[in-house]
Amino acid sequence: MLLSNLEIVPGRRVAKHLGLVQGSTVRAKHVGKDFFAGLKNIVGGELKAYTELLQESRAEAVERMVKQAEATGANAVLNIRFATSSITQGAAEILAYGTAVTLE
Amino acid sequence: MDALLSNLDLVLFAALFMVGYFAGRWNERRHYDSIRGRERELAGVLIFTSRFPPPTTTRLDTGMVSGSVVISEDFFKGVLAGLYSFFGGRIRSYESLLDRARREAVLRMKADARTRGARMVVNVKFQTFAIGGRGQGSLKGVEMLVYGTALSPARG
Repeated sequence: MLLSNLEIVPGRRVAKHLGLVQGSTVRAKHVGKDFFAGLKNIVGGELKAYTELLQESRAEAVERMVKQAEATGANAVLNIRFATSSITQGAAEILAYGTAVTLE
Repeated sequence: MDALLSNLDLVLFAALFMVGYFAGRWNERRHYDSIRGRERELAGVLIFTSRFPPPTTTRLDTGMVSGSVVISEDFFKGVLAGLYSFFGGRIRSYESLLDRARREAVLRMKADARTRGARMVVNVKFQTFAIGGRGQGSLKGVEMLVYGTALSPARG
């Protein structure tokens, strides 16, 4: 599965458009991690636990999107975008979406 | 001693303020040093916001690359920002925070691109997401996400 946020793939032709595919996940923070983040809020710096949490969630969202694309018989997802939104205090939704296509 | 105890919250505030100021400044300086060093190191990876790859006759492999970081303010920056947002104007303490985060995210994306043997990343997009704390109006941190498509010479 080729993933790209370009609208085209250099040197290859799009044979078939299969429509929008998307994947999302809602994740909440661990209270323990939150406690350490609170300490970090005093001295500043990177919140590594959060960086990893969001990267993992994004990977999962992409994985779900890829599953959807596979189900439609695509071999690539183009023009991929990400969106993040805060649902309630302490939870976030990560969304990945793109266009499933068949490349020649 | 009695005066100290009766103003415990004030004393605590002053202590956090001082710790935030010194630790935050030290952290920021160290981070900027590291950023500058890695920016020189990764200067060979070029990034573009253009939507299409440059016209070329050589075959290219594409792959998505991304870099992200969640960065936290320090207590001093938070208090300063609170004051500034009351009086209006530039919040310098947050400007440097976001600048650091963005450059860090770009560097991580460039490092990702380089491990794939790419010299170029096109259609680069930035996304900022504020992570709120559990308390009212408390900011836990900011996530900076940078992503794009890395172009590398085709294998085989």
